[in-house]
Amino acid sequence: MNKKVFLGALTVAGLAAGASAAATLDDVKARGSLKCGSNEGLAGFAAPDANGVWQGFDVSLCRAIAAAVLGDAQAVEFVPLTSQTRFTALAAGEVDVLVRNSTWTFSRDTDLKLDFVGANYYDGQGFMVRNDLGVSSAKELDGSTVCIQTGTTTELNLADFFRVNNISYEPVPVATNAEGQQQYLAGACDVYTTDISGLAATRATFENASEHVILPEVVSKEPLGPAVRHGDSEWADIVRWTLNALIAAEEYGVTSANVMELAAGPTTNPEINRLLGTEGELGAMIALDKDWAVRAIAAVGNYGEVFERNIGEATPIGLARGLNAQWTEGGLLYAPPFR
Amino acid sequence: MAEATDPPRETFRLSQLLYDARYRSMTIQVVAAILIMLLLVELVDNTVTNLAALGKDIRFGFLWTTAGYDINQQLIPFTSQDTHARAALVGILNTLLVAFLGCILATVIGVLAGVLRLSKNWVVAKIMTFYVEAMRNTPLLIWILIVFAVMTEATPQPREFREGGSASMILWDSVAISNRGVYIPRPIWAEGSGLVVAVFVLSIIGIFVLRHVARKRQQDTGQILPVFRLSLALFFVPALLAYFLLGRPITLELPELGGFNFNGGIQIRNSFIALWLALSLYTSAFIAEIVRSGILAISKGQTEAAFALGVQPNRTMQLIILPQALRVIIPPLISQYLNLTKNSSLAIAVGYMDVRSTLGGITINQTGRELEGMLLLGIFYLITSLIISALMNLYNSSVKLKER
Repeated sequence: MNKKVFLGALTVAGLAAGASAAATLDDVKARGSLKCGSNEGLAGFAAPDANGVWQGFDVSLCRAIAAAVLGDAQAVEFVPLTSQTRFTALAAGEVDVLVRNSTWTFSRDTDLKLDFVGANYYDGQGFMVRNDLGVSSAKELDGSTVCIQTGTTTELNLADFFRVNNISYEPVPVATNAEGQQQYLAGACDVYTTDISGLAATRATFENASEHVILPEVVSKEPLGPAVRHGDSEWADIVRWTLNALIAAEEYGVTSANVMELAAGPTTNPEINRLLGTEGELGAMIALDKDWAVRAIAAVGNYGEVFERNIGEATPIGLARGLNAQWTEGGLLYAPPFR
Repeated sequence: MAEATDPPRETFRLSQLLYDARYRSMTIQVVAAILIMLLLVELVDNTVTNLAALGKDIRFGFLWTTAGYDINQQLIPFTSQDTHARAALVGILNTLLVAFLGCILATVIGVLAGVLRLSKNWVVAKIMTFYVEAMRNTPLLIWILIVFAVMTEATPQPREFREGGSASMILWDSVAISNRGVYIPRPIWAEGSGLVVAVFVLSIIGIFVLRHVARKRQQDTGQILPVFRLSLALFFVPALLAYFLLGRPITLELPELGGFNFNGGIQIRNSFIALWLALSLYTSAFIAEIVRSGILAISKGQTEAAFALGVQPNRTMQLIILPQALRVIIPPLISQYLNLTKNSSLAIAVGYMDVRSTLGGITINQTGRELEGMLLLGIFYLITSLIISALMNLYNSSVKLKER
């Protein structure tokens, strides 16, 4: 009996892990839709709007990929994943691509058998507290209670930060951003910590956003990027170069407004021509047609448009471009040449 | 003339395997066993193949690497520099703690509710019926979340306890109920406190001896000793005497409001309280039904006979009905204890750091070893359940009907 239970457990785990590693592109085409692992609700990055349509910065990348591969930006099935379930879901083949504020780290890229194809948002971990606590630096947080999403790099950075600074804290583990927000607002924890973009997005949904302050310390590097399963390089290429296409489009001044016009015929800029498929055969090299990038840009706009529309300074979230500006403007965004 | 006819020779034909009742059952079992084995082989093979396709192997080395995360409720010391194995151990102890306390509270409430549901008082019986039905017919997860929400939303924040705040501590400023948990005084063990504890343990043993003596005396002479009052005195008096004679070696450290939180004292976290109460209340409803069925299973003639002999109703219940009912109650009670222990894995809903949250949650997530972690988790729950059943079966064999 014991043996049976043991093997039964093995079986269930085995079935969950069973999925084909290769040929994601064929699967997506056969299905007619892209399964995109997304946040379960983070304003500005991935959340359903009043009509139930998913909107946000990460969502736009999923839509761009769907537009490039399937020709329809709406052909995306969003699968909300918690920080704990996301990598398992991707590895098990429940989603084709994971765009969920996930930090690119060595062990995730190697040991977890994932491939991070780039960074769509360069972030860092921060701390949010109430104004009236009178705290001005994270080093003054000795003895505080900290709400933290489990299964994140944030959790490890937090332990490191407090240990290195020789101060104590009490972790309150929460499963989702929504739960963390509720606990923080109820005062069950003094501090909420996650990536600064996530803090800004969460604060934007508060009734009295001005009563909360994000402390100046940035305690980690958090390059957030889309991830795919290890071992399917063709699919990884498609996701990587869709992201690069959006970044390059901003650099070359291609927007959702003028992309059709620029794609109508060869322009004087050969980089734009190769990107938009009016010159060369770049699309065929990643098993797509030549208009793949045109469709992606037309669907969601270039990187700058996506940023400003979802999380930019004109939105309630109000994030500055900072590290996420083009390399020509002092940021880190640098798309390799389309050649 | 006596020509003995040999009995017909036993000949075996292959068709007998199917048509002969003597062999058929064997045939079916063998075929079924082969099919099950094939299925298992296929599933294991499938697992191994798919893991290989993902480029993953099965290794348990991750248990000895640095965990890197902190755990709030620790029964043994743990820092983020300890190993995943130790994190799992911290989680296991937290699981066992909530399961143990949950089983005790569930039994107490369950027995009370079960007995009261049979009360002759209409109001009491109906209230208990309502309680049992409300608890039994709603999911446990909802109760956990309700208790947790009440504990976090309806209780004051620690800063409300500051001067001018709206909240204050109870029981002579020794207990604080806040939305981060209940803070109670912590005993400080000074020199000589070991002696006090020893006296206390001895008086507990004394109580058992007293009960034994009283029973024997009653059986021999029919005289009844006031066991309850004597036990109560034995419980308190020697330990208190020792405490004061040794110059009060045990003192209490009261919780005090520090920078962000209460410092000192023992913090009983809301996540623990929510899980413990919800598990106990939920399981107690099932136990109440088991107790009720056990009592109803005892023939009414037993009660009537006791009354006819002039035994009081209380003592009838205590001495005649309950001991017999226990035989009916214990076997299903075992499975309720097992349920409670396994249901404690719902801890994740309120962030209680049990073994499911440490080994089966954060560790798996940080190391990517889902299969290994879940296997270990399964083995842990299996072993725990088997131990609980074994202990309860021992108890069962001590109360069951002895045939002499």
